[in-house]
Amino acid sequence: MIKIQQKNFDVKAELEALKGNNHSIGGICSFIGLVREMAENKKLSAMTLEQYPGMTEKVIKKIENEALQRWSLHSTLIIHRFGRLKPGEQIVLVAAASAHREVTFEACHFLIDFLKTRAPFWKLEETQDGNSWVAARDSDETAVANWKHPKQV
Amino acid sequence: MKIVYFAWVREKTGISEEVLEKLPDNVKTVADLIEWQKLRGSGFTDAFSDPKIIRVAINQEYSSQDHPIEANDEIAFFPPVTGGR
Repeated sequence: MIKIQQKNFDVKAELEALKGNNHSIGGICSFIGLVREMAENKKLSAMTLEQYPGMTEKVIKKIENEALQRWSLHSTLIIHRFGRLKPGEQIVLVAAASAHREVTFEACHFLIDFLKTRAPFWKLEETQDGNSWVAARDSDETAVANWKHPKQV
Repeated sequence: MKIVYFAWVREKTGISEEVLEKLPDNVKTVADLIEWQKLRGSGFTDAFSDPKIIRVAINQEYSSQDHPIEANDEIAFFPPVTGGR
């Protein structure tokens, strides 16, 4: 399930919906991304997430399909917000449900790493020094590259 | 051909999307289109001054700059993406 939305999300309700009435699910792992107050050494007043409508859904669908092929999962959930957000607000929710816990941790980690480097989002940070676009980090690409040479599990 | 721009590429060019009807015959690839964009004026010249940092999608799929372009393509120019958290 993929949701790209401006409005906030209720983590408890979303995870309940992911679980549904499926009693074969033994565990759900989730990750919640928040707007951090400090950007480098500056205090952030807000952040605006811009996206490429249409392509965002396509790219995330591919990432989700790859996770579903790679691990034995019951289901996954990806919610990504766009628009202007304040420090402390929720940006992203990623969750994976499976019969056993190990695959849910791995799938969740995989999903957030790929969202970060593949989903067409751009962040504009507002600080007392003005507005600036967040540059991509090499460490994010390294995280994705590591998934291409996975350890045996 | 529909062209869309995001983030600072959009800010520098001053437009978020446009339709280009007639391109010169020698504009055959994304790289050619970038070179052509550089000649359009100050905002475009600035946005496309360093093609290495420009990312491209053709019809909403990531593409390399040596990819050929077609008249009915949707071409997007943007900086490297920074999703997630």
